[in-house]
Amino acid sequence: MQLNARIPPGPLPEKWDRCRFETTLVSPANKKKFDIIVVGTGLAGASAAASLAELGYNVKVFCLQDSPRRAHSIAAQGGINAAKNYQNDGDSVQRLFYDTIKGGDFRSREANVYRLAQISNAIIDHCTAQGVPFARDYGGQLANRSFGGAQVSRTFYARGQTGQQLLLGAYSAMMRQVKAGRVTIFARHEMLDLVVIEGHARGIVTRNLITGAIASHGAHAVILASGGYGNVYYLSTNAMSSNVSATWRACKRGAGFANPSFVQIHPTCIPVHGDYQSKLTLMSESLRNDGRVWVPARAGDHRPAGQIPEAERDYYLETRYPSFGNLVPRDVASRNAKEQCDQGKGVGPTGLAVYLDFAQAIAQHGEAAIRRKYDNLFHMYQKITNRDPLAEPMMISPAVHYTMGGLWVDYHLMSTIPGLFVAGEANFSDHGANRLGASALMQGLADGYFILPTAIGGYLGSNQPSPLINEAQQAFQQAEAVATARTTRLLAIGGQRSPDEFHRKLGSLLWHNCGIARNSARLRQALHQIPAIRTEFWQDLKVTGSGAELNQTLERAGRVADFLEFAEIMVHDALAREESCGCHLREESQSATHEAQRDDQNFSHVAVWEVDPEGGSPQLHKEPLTFDFVTPSQRSYA
Amino acid sequence: MTTTSLTLKIWRQAGPQAAGSFQTVATGPLSSDMSFLEMLDMINERLIKDGKEPVAFDHDCREGICGMCGAAVNGEAHGPEERTTLCQLYLRHFTEGSTLVIEPFRARSFPVIKDLVIDRSAFDGIISAGGYISVNTGSAPEANTMAISARQAEDALNAAECIGCGACVAACPNAAAMLFVGAKISHLALLPQGNPERSRRVIAMVRKMDGLGFGNCSNYRHCQEACPKGVSISNIARMNREFLRALLEGEEE
Repeated sequence: MQLNARIPPGPLPEKWDRCRFETTLVSPANKKKFDIIVVGTGLAGASAAASLAELGYNVKVFCLQDSPRRAHSIAAQGGINAAKNYQNDGDSVQRLFYDTIKGGDFRSREANVYRLAQISNAIIDHCTAQGVPFARDYGGQLANRSFGGAQVSRTFYARGQTGQQLLLGAYSAMMRQVKAGRVTIFARHEMLDLVVIEGHARGIVTRNLITGAIASHGAHAVILASGGYGNVYYLSTNAMSSNVSATWRACKRGAGFANPSFVQIHPTCIPVHGDYQSKLTLMSESLRNDGRVWVPARAGDHRPAGQIPEAERDYYLETRYPSFGNLVPRDVASRNAKEQCDQGKGVGPTGLAVYLDFAQAIAQHGEAAIRRKYDNLFHMYQKITNRDPLAEPMMISPAVHYTMGGLWVDYHLMSTIPGLFVAGEANFSDHGANRLGASALMQGLADGYFILPTAIGGYLGSNQPSPLINEAQQAFQQAEAVATARTTRLLAIGGQRSPDEFHRKLGSLLWHNCGIARNSARLRQALHQIPAIRTEFWQDLKVTGSGAELNQTLERAGRVADFLEFAEIMVHDALAREESCGCHLREESQSATHEAQRDDQNFSHVAVWEVDPEGGSPQLHKEPLTFDFVTPSQRSYA
Repeated sequence: MTTTSLTLKIWRQAGPQAAGSFQTVATGPLSSDMSFLEMLDMINERLIKDGKEPVAFDHDCREGICGMCGAAVNGEAHGPEERTTLCQLYLRHFTEGSTLVIEPFRARSFPVIKDLVIDRSAFDGIISAGGYISVNTGSAPEANTMAISARQAEDALNAAECIGCGACVAACPNAAAMLFVGAKISHLALLPQGNPERSRRVIAMVRKMDGLGFGNCSNYRHCQEACPKGVSISNIARMNREFLRALLEGEEE
């Protein structure tokens, strides 16, 4: 597997300009001869589809949901970063770049991250022009807030529903192209395979989720914008249908998968309340600005919070990290919470939560002030848990939230398969080992609105693929046959257990063995157990109904089957990375004071996994990361 | 753990052309903290175990924002709680021992696909008719070029909050989509960026809405009551004003 990142030469600030200048163009008259497939309609997919269609390409768009407007970007709450420096607080492209690369713990490419920061401002301009109703100051100018520990206010927002408003903007732009006849939407379609002809991505095989029909769709380039794989853990803040299938299928066709073990676990989610739980709900981590985290000092102390005297409480973050206290970064907060629960000090009916207590803040600032600040979050919490966070401490628990890993792409967002591009959370590109708050929306839209239109043109212009893609070609027929056979096989097992049962089992294994803190022994144990669950799955799965109709159990079964394969490279990756970095603590790599220790000597690289479609061991390739413009530093929160 | 036991009468329909009927299911005691959709998950797990077809229902984010879920519970779209999507209902919202009739959103323009799953693609059709501001990527002016009052932005966002779930159509005795369409018209008409296409947009969207078989508003206000996001019926009034204005201006499709 060749890993050529194709980073343009020259000084960092000039690379993107240079790339655009040196990229081959497709003449306006020729663009309409090219078909492009986009899988997924979140921020990255919808914005790419709209922009490419505006240029004149024919775009075919696929999504699982009944409407492209429902992709999971819609649930993003916080905001979107940009280096506008509207607040005159010293922000700049350089600073956004530095914060992002440092936040990613120096495990991303300088060139990509710098470009992201450069593009950030144009995103805000474009979204404003589209009618995205961002929050405004009384003077009518766009408002900003500080977010995720940044020292400048660079986050643009629309109440707690920034993702929704940005997605509706991109969706609307795409629907305008539907009317113009340049975008065709295939809703309720699931990608089952990627078709590669003579080494280039030339189409996909899909299942129509209503009729069950399996069909081929040819194109001159394929874009995967199918989101992250956090649902491999079963419980996460992702939507129920979020899955790894599209990227995993591409991986099995030869696309390298980068850093699959980089998963962000968010500390302030509403705790699991029972074994029937289907998903987790995120609350903004701004809650930690006023809440104090604690657990009972004694394991097994089940008294209600109010009956535990001060002296018998353990404010473990404040004790352990005296200078940052409750405001330690997401990964540190998450890891410590899980440790406390593992020691039997967890609270709530399942013992999987810790307290977040507002009593002191209320005493200091008054109940009204605290309520005003967090009203929507308190309301959400109360709605789900039926408890009043002003009367008793809130209970919070860490949850899988975002996956930094994804298909490997070069600077042009092209995977190791020519013609296969990957955008948004589905690629690995910009967040290194940890994503900063309000950066996911920025990256998805940068990829779709601005980078892909250039990159796709460059690919088509320099490769000049034949204008005719024939879906009757053998490669399409073969891929269809494989997809059909797999569906038939899933339906024919005739076992006893539902797809969810296996999914829960896999999720729990990964949560404990490949979660926030990892060690070699537990990872090896997971590597041993995953194939066993997979074998059980293929022997004892029960899928009712047929393949020729709407069959949601069959859909889930296919996704769980892919998670069961993908999980293995995730654990392999975690095992191979013997350093602590970004979101993860590798227990063998920490200081005496429990601080994560990065190992730049041996692990300053992107780990890219090549999968053997026949089921042999995956092969690790490395793209070395070099830092010419910034100097990697070690984090310290003690 | 507090528990709730319910009797469910769930609409089962094998396909668009098939005749449907209610299936009665006794839930047995369930945790009152369980969500409504988790209850359906659990019933489905039981059905799969028994080798029976699970209940098909749409859902995705389960945080009340994607707009994918929706069903009528005892005749109310998204159930009895105000400003709540189906996925945010919890069993504690129901009285122990009560019977819930669970049906798909019913409207001529939303045909049933299977069980509780309906086809709402008509909404996408209405948006593609004109629910956007025509600006190509790359051509936008600097974002702060145009000052917009905080109040105006807030009002636009109140309308833009619509999640496109279709509860308004299901709740309306005329199966009108006017709250949905009015919300989008208002969102874009309230912003200066939306001004150049204002007349063309309202004519195109209203004509499309009528063509797709949605009914007319006769001020029942059920849409506003059912809306999980509290989108106000005043948006329908604004749409009607916008429409009239466009006609007076001589705007034709």
